[in-house]
Amino acid sequence: MHELSLLENVRDILVSHAKSQNFSQVSKVTLEIGKLSCVEVEALRFAFDVVMKSSLAENAELILSELDGIGYCQPCGQNTLMEQLYDACAYCGRPLAVVQGMEMKIKDLVVI
Amino acid sequence: MCGICGCGTTEQKQAHQFVFKNDHHHHDDHETGRLIQIEQDLLSKNNAYAEKNRAYFKQHNIFTLNLVSSPGAGKTTLLVETIKALQDRFPIAVIEGDQQTERDADRIRATGTPALQINTGRACHLDAHGIGHAVMDLKLIDNSLLAIENVGNLVCPSSFDLGEAHKVVVLSVTEGDDKPIKYPDMFHAADLMLINKMDLLPYVDFDMARCIQYAKQVNPVIEIICLSATKGENLSVWTAWLEERMQALLLESH
Repeated sequence: MHELSLLENVRDILVSHAKSQNFSQVSKVTLEIGKLSCVEVEALRFAFDVVMKSSLAENAELILSELDGIGYCQPCGQNTLMEQLYDACAYCGRPLAVVQGMEMKIKDLVVI
Repeated sequence: MCGICGCGTTEQKQAHQFVFKNDHHHHDDHETGRLIQIEQDLLSKNNAYAEKNRAYFKQHNIFTLNLVSSPGAGKTTLLVETIKALQDRFPIAVIEGDQQTERDADRIRATGTPALQINTGRACHLDAHGIGHAVMDLKLIDNSLLAIENVGNLVCPSSFDLGEAHKVVVLSVTEGDDKPIKYPDMFHAADLMLINKMDLLPYVDFDMARCIQYAKQVNPVIEIICLSATKGENLSVWTAWLEERMQALLLESH
């Protein structure tokens, strides 16, 4: 449900950059979403057009780039791919410290 | 216009202004478009407000908790009982978040503690901006405890930092012992898990050891206290946890 709020934040960020970087329209938005963040990418896609309507990013293309979840195990000194936050170390079964996968970022824009 | 954030004109209006203003200038760019690297967190705006709140709490020595759970886990009852146990020790104030009604704030006010209700309407979580306003409206006292009861929801509030010292997740034994792995984000974000309604444990199919194991799997450093807010069982362990941190905060300031 909070995908709507997140996209409203995206819109606000675009507006603030429009002022500082002198553009009036956004034609493409690339978001980087970690697989372990609690964001549902399908819900983002669904809500994007609705939130961007009547804004500088109306009709913009949305590119979603998903980042793998990676956890580090200190005793093993190894990284393990994580599908879920509760995934354990592939080598010893201990809990992992998340090093990547929680990201929710606007990576770049194409503006006109 | 508000003094915290300058809000008062809608964001939508601002968007239109910028479109209009810049429309006349960049004719060359219309053909190709240019790439702008942003690398900015989606929550950067909320996080900035959260840091402002955190600075305010630090300056005024206010120990702030963000209580989260699914609806019906017993957050409000827990708060009422906590207030009764601690209101003579230090000042307490409460911010209540719900989609609708003043009911929870009324329950808190009945204890004589100031409470402010935020109705989030369609939103499923409190955000740092709303908390900043609520803090100003509540006129908090220095050297006090502020408890924020978030909207009952185990998903969305996990992403929104409010400026709190700790997120405390409340899980009741009537809900099922697998909640920590069904909603891992919240248990990952919390520092303390309170397992509530312990008096009902004999009547429900809730495996305590399994629940704790799941919680530790998601968050190896999470602290856990099992209690019953209505019957008072182990409530003193929780109030001691609070008092210890309040005292540390007060010592730090001297």
